[in-house]
Amino acid sequence: MRTPYEVAAAVTDPEMPMLTLDDLGVLRDVADDGDSVVVTITPTYSGCPAVAAMRDDLVRVLDEEGFDDVRVEVVLAPAWSSDWISARGRRALAAHGLSAPGPAPRRDGPVTLALTPTRRDVRCPRCHSSEVAVTSEFGPTPCTALYRCATCLEPFEHVKEI
Amino acid sequence: MTDTTDNPYEGLYGGDASHWAFGTGFEDPLATLGDTRVPEGVDPRDLAAYAVMLADDALVLSHRLSEWCSNAPDLEEDVALANVALDLLGQARLLYARAATIDPESVPGVPDGSPVPAEDAYAFFRDAGEFRNVGLVERCDEDFADAVVRLLLVASWRLAVMERLRAGSDPVLAAVAAKAVKELAYHRDYAGRWVVTLARGTEESRRRVQAARERVWRWRAELGATHPVEERVAQAGAGVDPAAVDDEVDAVLRQVWDAGDLDVPPREAVPAPRGRDGHHTDALTDLLEEMQSVARAHPLGRW
Repeated sequence: MRTPYEVAAAVTDPEMPMLTLDDLGVLRDVADDGDSVVVTITPTYSGCPAVAAMRDDLVRVLDEEGFDDVRVEVVLAPAWSSDWISARGRRALAAHGLSAPGPAPRRDGPVTLALTPTRRDVRCPRCHSSEVAVTSEFGPTPCTALYRCATCLEPFEHVKEI
Repeated sequence: MTDTTDNPYEGLYGGDASHWAFGTGFEDPLATLGDTRVPEGVDPRDLAAYAVMLADDALVLSHRLSEWCSNAPDLEEDVALANVALDLLGQARLLYARAATIDPESVPGVPDGSPVPAEDAYAFFRDAGEFRNVGLVERCDEDFADAVVRLLLVASWRLAVMERLRAGSDPVLAAVAAKAVKELAYHRDYAGRWVVTLARGTEESRRRVQAARERVWRWRAELGATHPVEERVAQAGAGVDPAAVDDEVDAVLRQVWDAGDLDVPPREAVPAPRGRDGHHTDALTDLLEEMQSVARAHPLGRW
């Protein structure tokens, strides 16, 4: 029989199903005292509409595995960072045509205003060309920006650094 | 529990389908948070009122931004403004939920039998006079320049407030603020870039952004006008006095005006009446009439 952690860690993200909640860094803790299981998750963005779906998926798969007393807790601190996406998660993103985030910005002191486009070291996840251009800083989910590759001409999503 | 994995359409027929009216699940997203005690030295009624102020600012601006979806100059801006609106809506939900845990009596009454959680009660079952948002967020945009100038002002000010609130004594508000800072930073960048782009674009775009700034600017002073609730919560270490960030906000805005070769507008007197006291323009009444219409017409979530 799998442990509650193994079961929870295999649940995938509703919006980016190539990633498990564990690979995304959203799964923070799984506590099992023998009677009940408490799973702790954290939202990526404040407005993440997927938290309820994640919670329902976790309860369902753990129930199927025989853990019938499951509680899912949501924590806000520390705030999620794209740095928490695992190496395996980054490979999964690339394998599905998404560009993985670079290191999240480290801030000491006030946040500085940036009036020029965000510069990133992004390569096309299909042909690995570095000749890419951003088409929109905002994409279909809060966590992605839209790019286009000038070499293979394919558009792709880049998971933003946050 | 019921297994719905085999038939995703199970919920469409039979059983209690109330959830289709208001979304999936009525749970309070903060109900499962561990320690939600109120820090010592703060009046819980003040702290809840403070959380509602910050939530109302976010909810009302979120709704105004969402009105641009399918109306923006291009698809990218539709998507961008909808993304910003979603972030602000998320901040509002967390802040309402926090207000409800601090002071349950602050949660508005809902019609008998309504299953809505506290966050929806604040959003859908208060009239304009009970909203505590600043006037700047409720006004109607006349054009896209209006939208980006207003977003620049709100994001610059809210970012400065949230940066300080991260160190506040209420652990939940501090955690909400830490997430909000990351989001508001790119909201501000987005709006600032558009203001500069319009100011340095064509004669027409420059004229439009200057006109928008003249319309929006009269609401700037209210952002730094401290309400007694804000003052008390700030003194207790759980909130931020907005007057304390006024100069910092002006310094950020000045970077944008300079980059766009725009003059620096003078400080103006605080407009009356005040949104933080529940005094609003007709624009908020109209906004709420639309936003609240479904929840009020179907308070039980059934039709």
